Amino acid sequence: MTAVLDKPAEAPAQEPPRRRRFKRPSVGAVIVYVAVVLLAVLWLLPLLWALSTSLKTETEASLGQDVHWIPRDWSLEGYRTLFQQGDHLVWMVNSTVVSTIVTVLTLVLCVFAAYGFSRFDFPGKNVIFGIIIAGLMVPGQALIIPLFDIVGFLNLSNTYWGLALPQVVAPVMVFILKRFFDAVPRDYEEAAKIDGAGHLRVLWSVILPLSGPILAAVGIFTFIGSWNNFLWPLIVATDPSMMTLPVGLGVVTGGYGLLYAQNMASAVVGALPLLVVFMIFQKQIVNGVAGVGLK
Amino acid sequence: MTAQTETPAEAPTAETRPPSTPNAKRRNWTGLWFVLPFFAAYALFLIWPTVLGLYYSFTDKSITGRTPSWVGLDNWAEAFADERAWNALWNTAVFTLYSTPPLVILAIVFALLANRARRAGWFLRLAFFAPFVVPVSVVTTIWTWIYQPDGGLLNHYLELFGIQSPDTPTIWLQDEHRAMWAVVITTVWWTLGFNFLLYLAALQTIPQDVYEASAIDGAGWFRQLRSITLPLLSRTTGLVITLQLIASLRIFDQMYLMTGGGPNRATEVAIHYIYIAGFEGYRIGYASALSYVLFVLILLVSIVQFRLFSRKGA
Repeated sequence: MTAVLDKPAEAPAQEPPRRRRFKRPSVGAVIVYVAVVLLAVLWLLPLLWALSTSLKTETEASLGQDVHWIPRDWSLEGYRTLFQQGDHLVWMVNSTVVSTIVTVLTLVLCVFAAYGFSRFDFPGKNVIFGIIIAGLMVPGQALIIPLFDIVGFLNLSNTYWGLALPQVVAPVMVFILKRFFDAVPRDYEEAAKIDGAGHLRVLWSVILPLSGPILAAVGIFTFIGSWNNFLWPLIVATDPSMMTLPVGLGVVTGGYGLLYAQNMASAVVGALPLLVVFMIFQKQIVNGVAGVGLK
Repeated sequence: MTAQTETPAEAPTAETRPPSTPNAKRRNWTGLWFVLPFFAAYALFLIWPTVLGLYYSFTDKSITGRTPSWVGLDNWAEAFADERAWNALWNTAVFTLYSTPPLVILAIVFALLANRARRAGWFLRLAFFAPFVVPVSVVTTIWTWIYQPDGGLLNHYLELFGIQSPDTPTIWLQDEHRAMWAVVITTVWWTLGFNFLLYLAALQTIPQDVYEASAIDGAGWFRQLRSITLPLLSRTTGLVITLQLIASLRIFDQMYLMTGGGPNRATEVAIHYIYIAGFEGYRIGYASALSYVLFVLILLVSIVQFRLFSRKGA
């Protein structure tokens, strides 16, 4: 506050507003645009190639044929045979159920834990928080052997809960949420408490409405991470009817052999759900990644 | 409470700071109830397997279900003498060594270009980041096909541009020396978008006047890149490299799906060998000892990272 008063009375001469309209693009700028668009198109080629092949007939897609991007004989044959065999829809349902359980439980458990750490003092708090922070360094992949044993012991192999529960434990999300809650001013809560609101009420109607973006980021990244998890479902879901989409595609579809149109149709079907999620939540996802680096 | 009465009357600071959290921060058990559900799951699915894994590494526990017996350090001794385990660790290191430089350098280049071409921003983010949200098995299905020696997309274009002759198509995934490169290229394509976004966000926080000031001093774009941009990106680069190290030590999916660890175990990595020892060899005890070796390695990298960043963040 005082700093403002200390400022010299004579305000610094205001810069004339810069006019940037209708600036002729320089040669350098054009080169940059051309280079970057070419790179982007190059980056999309594998996905476009899969899409293109999936829309060909099996004969046209087979290896002996010349490489061409526009199908001469448009066909949905690959997709039809894919869905006739039935498994893809089951895997997609499984992936949706498992990722939803993981996301909802992660959000609920981590929000509660972060709120507890942020707003309360209780015996053993620092020890428990320390143990959870230490978990940031524990690689889940190195725990698959005993985890498999524990899930087997709990009789959860080949179940949704067995697939989902071990993925719920995300110390990093507790950490991120706690930091965010710490920064939320407490005045609002005090006001709510004077009005007689309990802790849950405060969390629900004061803290959470202020936490929209961070909850969205945590939720979306948990969902994507869970949807794309491969190693854990590979181990727990041995029954094809319980497999998630990535595992089913990787393990079962590997047997399609030389049916390339069908293979690529299954790749397109496998890629589509999260690409749609990405299109919808592009802004939140980009900001979420950016937040990792900037924090 | 007593502390308050002991406060000297002549307080040095005029502004009396209100306690940061009135009422709420009283020590009681309420907070524990909020933490407990998470901690219960955490104990069951993270602490317990960590302990259990260590215990198993001293037993000959098997997936077949016979009663395990204590074997002391046998598994550990075997792990350190196991050439296949060393080979798997070596391959993991090779993968890290091959994949980290392109994942850093290309990400910087792409981000620099995208930062200049802001009007194409949404399209570039879409193009570079879209592969990242695609499941790994879709990625490997597509790339395995692109790598087909005879009639695959990659060799087709190599032939078209005269880089290789159609009579001797390059073998990618079935060649001992090229298989790792093939997996690395696929991985770079798949995961580059994440690093790209990290760099792009970091670039956009650099204020423009720094560049304008240096331009007045006569600095060209290369000089600006070397003396301003890259130094200001060093924190991001540190983050990217450590994240990359940890991710590389855990690498498994791509190899399992594209090469199955072959040819001739040239792409068999640490997690893959643990998987084989545990779920194909049925040796839970031995696989646990192997896991712990990897566990300690990842832990070391994480600790270094943690120290680096907690110091810089302060």
